[in-house]
This record gives sequence, structure tokens and C-alpha cells, in this order.
Amino acid sequence: MSALLDAVVSAAFVTQAVRIAVPLGCAAVGGALTERSGVIDLALEAKLLAGAFGAAVAAEATGSIAAGVAGGVAAAVLVALVQAWLTVRLAADQVVVGIALNLGAYGLTRYVLDLLYGSTASSPRTVGVGSAVWTSPVFWLAAIAIVAVTVMLARAPLGLRIRAAGDRPAALAAVGVSVARVRVLALVIGGALAGLGGAQLALANHGFSAEMSAGRGYIALAIVILAGWRPAWVAALCLAFGLLDAFQLQLQLTLQSAAQATGELSEAGRALQTFALVLPYVATLVVLAVVAQRSRAPRALGRADE
Amino acid sequence: MSALRREAAIAAVALLVAIAAGSALILVVGQSPARVWAALLARTLGDGYGLAQVLFKATPLVFTGLAVAVGLRAGLFNIGVEGQLAAGLFACGLAGAALPAGTPAVIAVAACVAAAAAAGGAVGAATGALRAVRGAHEVIVGILLNAIIFAVLLWLGDTYVFVRESTRTPDVVEAARLPTFGPAGTALNASIALAAVSVAAIAWVLARTRTGAAWRAVGASRDAAAAAGIGARGAWISAMAVSGALAGLAAAHYVLGYKHAYENDLGRGAGFLGVAVALLGRGHPGGVVVGALLIGLLSHGGLAINELVPKELIDVLTAVIVVAVAAAAPVVRRWERRAAEVGAIA
Repeated sequence: MSALLDAVVSAAFVTQAVRIAVPLGCAAVGGALTERSGVIDLALEAKLLAGAFGAAVAAEATGSIAAGVAGGVAAAVLVALVQAWLTVRLAADQVVVGIALNLGAYGLTRYVLDLLYGSTASSPRTVGVGSAVWTSPVFWLAAIAIVAVTVMLARAPLGLRIRAAGDRPAALAAVGVSVARVRVLALVIGGALAGLGGAQLALANHGFSAEMSAGRGYIALAIVILAGWRPAWVAALCLAFGLLDAFQLQLQLTLQSAAQATGELSEAGRALQTFALVLPYVATLVVLAVVAQRSRAPRALGRADE
Repeated sequence: MSALRREAAIAAVALLVAIAAGSALILVVGQSPARVWAALLARTLGDGYGLAQVLFKATPLVFTGLAVAVGLRAGLFNIGVEGQLAAGLFACGLAGAALPAGTPAVIAVAACVAAAAAAGGAVGAATGALRAVRGAHEVIVGILLNAIIFAVLLWLGDTYVFVRESTRTPDVVEAARLPTFGPAGTALNASIALAAVSVAAIAWVLARTRTGAAWRAVGASRDAAAAAGIGARGAWISAMAVSGALAGLAAAHYVLGYKHAYENDLGRGAGFLGVAVALLGRGHPGGVVVGALLIGLLSHGGLAINELVPKELIDVLTAVIVVAVAAAAPVVRRWERRAAEVGAIA
């Protein structure tokens, strides 16, 4: 256990937590922005996946990390535009559209993957940033984007309009601002941020692999709700989730090396491993059950206005 | 426009959009859409084996589709069907393996089915209670519970019940296995009868019982329901319990009819497809059957067309159909309104 303690109080551990937190934070802060404008954002998973895919394809084609980032953002914005057309323009059910877009993204990325590289599992190895965090330009870009969006929502005139679109769309319309246009804009900015998160996943992995978003989009949305739709809290909770997940990974490593020493993983070790694995989810669930009633959703969330 | 005609119009629009999108994707890989669609139909509806396989694929989707539909009627989106199904499969496998060898078949099957429904129902009820009492959104709770259930089942199985060096439980006793029928090579089995009974039962509950009326009232408008003295809490918890139990019932197909044991990852994805099925069926039990047959056809057809185009085409098509149904519903409603206004002026 002391080996675990040593590992947890190290700089490498914090770096690992941040590495996990940043793609998640991009998706979650992007989702918070979208939801504050009044659109339920269940398509975060699709945007992360599209972002990762676009980044890998662009990085593979050009050999440039910058192009990879641009490709990832563009792909996720495309998903956001489809979502905007369906939910804002056609007033389709927002939850249904989100889930269907996720399903579609899983299928379409594999389909195009097969078309481009002859494999439905992964792309060829691309340029990337690997496990670098503090020296990675992509990390800093994401960190700055998260802060910028948070400040924009709280302070900028556009942020005020986005909040009004989610809380009092009728008031916004009364002063002559198109609610639909504000929501589309929020979806695009939020989508771009989620795409940046997806690009990070692919560039850290030096390529795309099928379903590499692995449910992060859903966790991101859970965090948005937990944080009461406040971007600064969203970012902080993502960091907390990163710490829990890094702890879980470290525990797995410690248990594995202990198992190697004794030959087999003990029953208690296995139980501990499972506990660690579900810890972030259980923690999210418990906090959700405790705070859900107190946190206030945007008033017009989920309602399409004609 | 009658309700049935409206639903038919929505379905037709969705199908046309899906065919157009699918054709575009087929053209992109340099194949002929006509050839792919023809192959899809020939291999699914063209012979007895294909038809049986479509029914085989559709059977579990009837259960998961009904599960989602019951939630939808009460105004809840049960995305936790995937986890409720896994819990039901696990309970069914455990019960089936634990039964003494001489158990009569009727009792063995009933016990296994009851265990599956109870396990799925418990998870569903917990999700409903978290929403009803604590206000935690059922979509998020469902997703979190799915992740937790998968990890916990793998650990429980690995530590206590799986056959050594495998991720499956010991086989269920002979008496608990459902007979298969149909052309050689298909695993179409008697659980399809349970699926039919479930459809009829849910249709009856929704149309004829006080519980069903409460679900529909709460689903249509919480405020109106409250004014009529129907509380959302009880309706939500009971609807989610029934929804989870229906998801668990799919174990009759997977465990009792098909694999004769619980395996890790068995039935994975059927819960999410249940969402597509329920939306296609517009939340009606009869519609669920149609939706399950369509998705079953696509699932089996995907394997048949894999030599022409990647079978991932089917996932994209399913998504397109769901989106098209969701988008067509408000659009068709708007057409109706406009038609009514034009009629009123004229």
C-alpha cells in the first residue's frame, strides 16, 4: 500500500490526472455551453468520436499536428451543425437526436475508416503528442479554450445571449435577437471545443481506433449536470474525475505488480480492482442523487421554440 | 388525418430518407445501391433460413424495444436497458445452473424467467426511484448504472461463478432450455412466444388498466396528471420497474433459447437497439413489433451484404432511420396544422 501512496503523491500522478481530465473537460465545458443555450447535448459522445476521427485523418494526410487539431474541430462542428439543423430548425426530439447521432458516429467512423485504410478497427499511426501534457501545444490550446469559453459565457455579450436563450428565450426574442441563431452558435462553439477534446484523444494515441471515445461523452454530460451547468464547476469536477480515474489506474498497476510477486491476484485484490474501476461512476451517481434536486437546469432546456 | 395514417406517413418518410442516405454511402464505396439492396432483401426475405434469422434477431429486440417503449409512455427515457438486460441475463444464468437436475421444465423455465425479470426490474426500479425521489435524470443514471453493472458482473462472474479460464457460467439445466425450431442452422427458439405474450400484455396494461392510464397521463403532462390526482412518483417507479423487467425477459431468448449460459458481453448492444425499436414503433406495442422486425432484418442483412460494403453501413442506417423518425414527427405535425388552417380558410 505504501507503494500506492508514493505513486499517488507524485507529480506523475497529477500529470496523469490532467491527461484524463482535459479531453473530458473540453467535452463537458462544450456541453455546458450548448445546454445553457437550451439544447440538450447528448451528442457529446459523437462529437468526441468525430473529433478524434477528423484529427487522425487530417494528421495522417498532412503529417501536421496543427492540421490534425483543425481536422478534429471541423469534424465535430459538422456533427454540431447536423444536430443544430435537426433540433433547432426541425424541432426534433433533442434526446433522441443525441443518441442517434452517437450511434451514427460509431458506425460512420468505422465505415469511413474501412473506406480510407481498409480496416474497421484503427487508422495507421499518425503524428501526435503521445503522453506529453505540459509540453504539448494541444494541451495548452485546450486549457486556454476551456478558460475562454468559461469567461465568455459568464462575461461576454454573447454569453449573456446564450444564457438568455436557455433561460428566457421569449425575452431574448422580444429584444429582436433570433433565439435559433444563438442556439446554433452555441452548438457550433460547444462542438468545436468537444472536437478539440476528441483531437487530443487521437493525437495522444497517435491515431484513431474505433469507439475510442469510450463513453466519455456521457460522463461529460453527467458532470455538466452535477456542476449545475456552471462551466467553472464543470472544469473543476472534470479534474476531480481525472484524479479518481488516475487513482484507479494506479491501483490497478499496484495490484498487478503485487500479483506478479505472489503469482496470483488475491480475491480481495480483485474486489478492490473492481471497486476502483467503478469508483468514478459510483461517485458521480452518489453526488448526482444528492445534488440533483438543488441544481437548477436552464429553464427552456429541451424545448424547441418555433 | 387519422393517427394511424400519420404514423404511417412518418415511417414512410423515415424509410425513404434512410434509403437515400444508405444509397449515397454505398455509392461512396463504389458499389451499386440496387445490387446491395437486392442482396439485403434476398438474403433476409428470400428464403426460409433468412426469414428465420430475421425473427431470431428480432426476438430480443421486441423485449428491449417494449422496455424502452414503456418508459417513453411514462415520459422517461430508459437508456439503462443495456444494464438491466445484463443483470437479467446474469440472474437467469445463475438460476438455471443452480436448479436441481430433476426440475420439471415448466418450473425450471418459470424460475429462470422470474429471476431475469426480477433482476432487470430491480435495476429499473432503482433508476425510476432516483428520478422520482431525488430528481436525478434517468438518462445519466442509466448510463452510469450500465458502466457499474458491467464491471460488477464481470467481477462477480470471474470471482465466483465462471467456468475456469472462461467468461461464461456453467450451463443451465436441460429442463430450462427452450426448444428451437425452423430451418436447420437457425437458433430461432420458443422465447418468441414469450415475446408475443409480452407485447399483448403491455398493450393490455397500457390500454385497459389504471396503472397504464397513470403512465400515459404522467407521460403526456405531469401537471395535467397531478391535477387529476395522479402522482408522477409512483407512476415513474412502476413504469421503470416494468421496463427493467421487460429488458430482463430478453434473457429467455439469449440464455434459455440460445447460449444456455450467461456469457460476458452476451446481448451487448440489444439495449441500445431497443431505443431505436421503440422510437420506430412510436412507443406503441404493435409498433415495437414492426420496429423489431425492421431492425432484425437490417441486423441479419448486414452480415449478408458484408462482402459488398462494410456491415457498419447498418449502424449508420439505423441511426438515420431513428433521426428521420424524430425529425419527421414535428414536420408532419406542422403539415397537418397547415393543412387544417388551409381547410378552415377554404
